[in-house]
Amino acid sequence: MIPAGGLAPEFTLKREDGSDFTQSDLEGQTTVLVFYPFAFSPVCTDQLNLYEEVLDELKVRGATMYGVSCDATYSQTAFREKLGVTIEQLSDFEPKGETCRAFDAYHSGGFPQRALAIIGPDRVVTWSYQAPSPGDLPGANLIFDALGD
Amino acid sequence: MRELGSAPVPEASGDDHLRGPADAPMVVAYADFECPFCAVLEQRLAKRRLRVLFRHFPVRSSHPRAWAAACAAEAAGRQERFWEMHDLLFADQARLEDPHLWRRAEALGLDLKRFDADRRSEEVRARVRRDFDSGVRAGVVTTPTLFTLGGGRAQRIDPKTLDHLDGER
Repeated sequence: MIPAGGLAPEFTLKREDGSDFTQSDLEGQTTVLVFYPFAFSPVCTDQLNLYEEVLDELKVRGATMYGVSCDATYSQTAFREKLGVTIEQLSDFEPKGETCRAFDAYHSGGFPQRALAIIGPDRVVTWSYQAPSPGDLPGANLIFDALGD
Repeated sequence: MRELGSAPVPEASGDDHLRGPADAPMVVAYADFECPFCAVLEQRLAKRRLRVLFRHFPVRSSHPRAWAAACAAEAAGRQERFWEMHDLLFADQARLEDPHLWRRAEALGLDLKRFDADRRSEEVRARVRRDFDSGVRAGVVTTPTLFTLGGGRAQRIDPKTLDHLDGER
């Protein structure tokens, strides 16, 4: 996972409306990127469900959370809607995993690591975390620790 | 602003829900009433000589009725019937809609008007949220999550392995 301290790399992800989400979209806001392995998989389900419960508290701290996976946008939207969560999804489907690789968050199995990155309004990565294995779900407390709670 | 950074599992406090012998090993269960794994765990805990501290950890998108059920249990608690409502909720997780909650409240002989006002009150919601937030701060990510709590230090344990706690089978 990309270490804290440097600039976030240049990248392009697809938003759910088909538009691009790039490094420029990081500027001016605090961004929490949640890299997760697979839509509809059990741990990813628990992860998005849990983080949804604290989304308002992220907003209070001026942070916006996005889910990032290599699933196609249609799958991500179906996943989000099935769960009933509002966390916006960003797709790294094609070229597959290119953004995950740029963040050094691509698993050799062909999917994103379970990883988190917080990026400041100046595009500097202020914190990053990679779970010991894709099956481990990072607690939301880690995000709030990193935001200075 | 709610505090959600890391913090240890809180010790038992005045309005925590505790049952079991005072001298038995204490476990803290973060659970929700719509979670089937929690229902199984609660049955297993009840068969053992343990002091159980129940804390709410409802996650709405996983279990849409879990918050309402948690508030119903708290409202029953305000009429000194928390554990009875706890048991009734876990006993039939397919029936957690409002009419089912009222039926349970009636069965327990609660003051229904007060029960309904309490379960919708901000005080009760804040009480449930307090439990949830303490779980988030302790790194709880799913239900059920179990901790031993003794000597001022909480330790997470696998709910499948309870045998070593009380020496019984």
